[in-house]
Amino acid sequence: MLNEYFSSVDLLVLKPAILLTLFAIGVLLTDLMLEPEQKYLNAVMALAGVGFAAYSLGPWPLGLQHQMGMAGADALEAFRGAVIVDSFGIYFMWLFLIAAALSILISIRYLEIEGEHRGEYYAIMLLATVGMMILAIGMDLITLFMGLELMVISIYILTGYLRRDRRSNEAALKYLLLGAFSSGILLYGMSLLYGLSGSTDLRIIASSISQRPAGDPLVLIAVITICGGLFFKIGAVPFHQWLPDAYEGAPHCVTAFMSVGPKAAAFALLIRMFLVPLASVRDVWLPLVIGVAIATMTIGNLAAITQSNVKRMLGYSAISHAGYMLLGIVSGNENGLKGIMIYLMVYAFMNLGAMAVIVAMRRKDIIGDEIDDFAGLVYKSPTAAVLMLIFLLSLAGIPPTAGFIGKYFIFLSLIETGHYGLAVVAVLYVAVSLYYYFQIVTSMFTREATDNVVPALSPGIRLALGVSLAMTLFIGLYPNPIIEVAGNTVASILR
Amino acid sequence: MNFLELIWMIPLFPAAGAVAMLLFGKKMPNWLVSIICPGMVFTSFLVSVGAVYQLSSLPERQFEKILYSWVPGASFQMANGQLSNLGADWGFLLDPLSSIMILVVTGVGFLIHVYATGYMSHEGGFYRFFGYLNLFMFSMLTLVLANNYLLLFVGWEGVGVCSYLLIGFYFHKKSASDAGKKAFIANRVGDAGVVLGMFTMLATFGSIRYTNVIAQAGSGNFHIGDAAITAITLLLFIGVTGKSAQVPLYVWLPDAMEGPTPVSALIHAATMVTAGVYLMVRSNILYVLSPDTMAVVAGVGAFTAIFAATIGIAQYDIKRVLAYSTVSQLGYMVLACGVGAFGAGVFHLMTHAFFKALLFLGAGSVIHAMSGEQDMRKMGGLAKKIPYTHATFLVAALAIIGTPLFSGFFSKDEILWRAFISPVGSGILLYGVALITAGLTAFYIWRLMFMTFYGESRVDHHAAHHLHESPPVMTIPLMVLAVLSLAGGWIGWPTVLGGSNHLEHWLEPVLGPGAKILEEHAAHGEHAHSTEYMLMALSVIVAFSGLSLAYYFFIKNRAAGDSIAQKFSGVQKLLENKYYVDEVYNAVFVRGMVMNGGEALSKFDARVIDGGVNGVAWFTRLTSTASMWWDKWIVDGAVRLTALVVNLTSYPARILQTGRVQLYAFSILTGLLIFFSYYLFK
Repeated sequence: MLNEYFSSVDLLVLKPAILLTLFAIGVLLTDLMLEPEQKYLNAVMALAGVGFAAYSLGPWPLGLQHQMGMAGADALEAFRGAVIVDSFGIYFMWLFLIAAALSILISIRYLEIEGEHRGEYYAIMLLATVGMMILAIGMDLITLFMGLELMVISIYILTGYLRRDRRSNEAALKYLLLGAFSSGILLYGMSLLYGLSGSTDLRIIASSISQRPAGDPLVLIAVITICGGLFFKIGAVPFHQWLPDAYEGAPHCVTAFMSVGPKAAAFALLIRMFLVPLASVRDVWLPLVIGVAIATMTIGNLAAITQSNVKRMLGYSAISHAGYMLLGIVSGNENGLKGIMIYLMVYAFMNLGAMAVIVAMRRKDIIGDEIDDFAGLVYKSPTAAVLMLIFLLSLAGIPPTAGFIGKYFIFLSLIETGHYGLAVVAVLYVAVSLYYYFQIVTSMFTREATDNVVPALSPGIRLALGVSLAMTLFIGLYPNPIIEVAGNTVASILR
Repeated sequence: MNFLELIWMIPLFPAAGAVAMLLFGKKMPNWLVSIICPGMVFTSFLVSVGAVYQLSSLPERQFEKILYSWVPGASFQMANGQLSNLGADWGFLLDPLSSIMILVVTGVGFLIHVYATGYMSHEGGFYRFFGYLNLFMFSMLTLVLANNYLLLFVGWEGVGVCSYLLIGFYFHKKSASDAGKKAFIANRVGDAGVVLGMFTMLATFGSIRYTNVIAQAGSGNFHIGDAAITAITLLLFIGVTGKSAQVPLYVWLPDAMEGPTPVSALIHAATMVTAGVYLMVRSNILYVLSPDTMAVVAGVGAFTAIFAATIGIAQYDIKRVLAYSTVSQLGYMVLACGVGAFGAGVFHLMTHAFFKALLFLGAGSVIHAMSGEQDMRKMGGLAKKIPYTHATFLVAALAIIGTPLFSGFFSKDEILWRAFISPVGSGILLYGVALITAGLTAFYIWRLMFMTFYGESRVDHHAAHHLHESPPVMTIPLMVLAVLSLAGGWIGWPTVLGGSNHLEHWLEPVLGPGAKILEEHAAHGEHAHSTEYMLMALSVIVAFSGLSLAYYFFIKNRAAGDSIAQKFSGVQKLLENKYYVDEVYNAVFVRGMVMNGGEALSKFDARVIDGGVNGVAWFTRLTSTASMWWDKWIVDGAVRLTALVVNLTSYPARILQTGRVQLYAFSILTGLLIFFSYYLFK
């Protein structure tokens, strides 16, 4: 009966997303049966969901990658071309699952401290992950927009999850209003694309856009509005102002999640839009991207210097990282895109690692996100301090940490394509960035502790920190595997 | 046992020590830490000795050990359109140059570790200190053993981070953590230069592996004065001024004396600061291809040498005198590279590592004896109280001023001689500056000697009570270094004095190709031996005049010294305040650009948009006032419309009161408008 509506390929392709959705519903149901002290089982169930989704995705029997390998297909189309699964989509789906798993691990204890430990948190997080996955595999404007909204609406709720906390509420409201505004702008651009081509399929749009005359004002307006919407979602200047507020106000563990997962998903959408429907008008959007990239690096890096709140600082740092990644779009060649891919994966580990340390700093009566809260950390918990140091070095892009590898490929691609000026600017801003990251290091290593409360490294946080550290160092020391995977990914999107 | 195959483990021993300190250090007793950490460095030293010994029997005197391919497999387009394969290995290169470096680093480093076990025994955080020290050794050894620029850069950044932690070790001293930060920032500016240089190199040569770059540069495809090579060498030189403390980025080094004394000895004498000189010698073939860069390098080196030496004259803190002396001596090394005397640069790097480490450790021993006092005005007559420290310090002081037969004599004279016959720039001028610097060096070092060890005692009562010689664990490293400071220069005994300059022959495989290019393209005539003898005699005379002058002013006739200081109190003040460079930098860069810039931008982010909204509100109000007037007087039944307009005009004002969300939305719209206007006015 099902086959009337869905082909077997449709089901296969969506299996990870379907599993996540089922588990999200499952968490909501089991939550009703759990005593308050058993709420951690919600997290276990959510993790199990992520595990099953990963299993259905991976190169194992029944897994999506395995089936693709068996069929010898580079890409699978489903839902009449509305969804396409290629190496690009698979890479991002893995990234989202990793981000979700690590975020769930660091949430447990934090939510217990806040007294907001309920099942819907995990359910919403899983649903957000579903939205991201659809963003990465969508090939159709409507599908993409559905994925986008599922993701951002979930994140709005998570941002305001601490109902009794004013900062959290305010951040969520701001984010919601502005997010809706930018979605409207994006949607406007998408409607123009539909009007120009009569189709919502990205490939059909691409071919009809390429036949438009050069300088067509309609195309221009479509490009500008789509750029505006996309730049908002990745947090690029001048559409960035929601980001520091939302990062600062959201619960620590949600900041961790949204700085990694949704950001990568927004980049997946951006790359897909720029490389498929808008590929033929590269000359039109290139100056915009260059200008925005420079502005983003400038504001991100310089405004971060004077922040005293670590989460806010990491917010500005996230803005600057978006700027570097945009440079990969500017060069637009294989190495540049490869750089973005690696960068996003690496960023997931290093930023989640740094955020996990901040989550651990949340302790009795101390919110733990001010630079002063880190004073003398090395005397109280050398492990936490050294881990934070490594993650910050990686964020600053110092070899041999993973953060260097992503920047390396992006800067290399700039040199390759002759954007020497941009390369110089980017390298100088990287030099500046270390200044603010090291304000945290100064606090941790060269100041006296102001209190005696040792940060609590719960088992979940330990596991998340361990994975983040291992990957940050492993990718930095032996990047071959990820370079190879990213290479395949780029090949699939450029095809 | 084949030590050559084991060179990749040389950096790993100290790394293991550092990891052990991180994981178990807190629970370890101090004696165990004192065995593990110096022990690890000593193991590295033994492996280094074995490897260098085996290297000397290889005909090509070069050995590469590649562990694995680190950043592999990405093909990319070079500037000339050719495809190249980007590759950097995690690989190590042992050749005559890196062999000298690892021996100096592990050898002197080990002695400093041993000394530190005594010096730091009363300090808290003993294990942490040694963990940082070992991590530093790991970075430094990676830096000098790397077989490509990228891996070098790993070590380059690593020593920067570790030095930051070590300088800021005394966390209760605010000045210490500030100094650490300063070191870090100055180094970062330099690092940006290195990164850019590396990328340019990649675009030019298609590789960042030493052997490939050197082969490419020497292939004859690049003519003298090639623009790309000039760019690469200048960019790398920015890194050198940061790491090797040259003008204008030298400011961090003197402040870095806030760290514990063994750190000063390790970082600022024997290891980290030499990294820049090492980088230039490593890239010598690139430098000789760019006469313009060479001229800049020589000029900066000579200027740094004399500039820092003049400041050293007027300092009272014993460690600060040595700090400026280090900057000045590094200037000599850079000058040597600038005039193409890379071998002399390495030679001076090595002898300087011996005698400057000795000076620092000796100063540490003095400070230890004086219960922490560093002001030379409160010392004097210490020679009899701390005889071992005095004797070893004397050797170092004689070495640094270039007393014949001491190590400094050979290396410094080689630099002076090569500056004199320099094919780059005006040799006589460079020589003159270097000679005056030699005189100044003799003056400030012996001023330090006389104020500290001789004359009448100015030690205050409390300190005099505790005055004691340091324990053997500190004095024995001093003695070893004293022997090296005396005899370490003999391997470079110049031919003109009947020696055979083993060092130069040893370095031949590294410096040969560059030297050949330099010789082919620079016409310089024959110089008689007699000239060389004469210059040698002249520098000895200048050095001893400096010494005598110091004797006259600080022992014989102190009144004369004071009256001169008073007569030139302006100059004295200028020197004492180090030409006010720090103040200027602080005003211009730190406060002016970084802080204000950052603040302005975050304000811009939050506020300026207010202005924009206000402007729009004002405009709306204006237009609506106009339309209101219109309504009121022209249109009948205007009351309703007026109400509407009032509502409309008050709307922006309400926006301003309710928060910033609307501002942000406004900024988004502005952004879109900017996008549109870009295309309209393009």
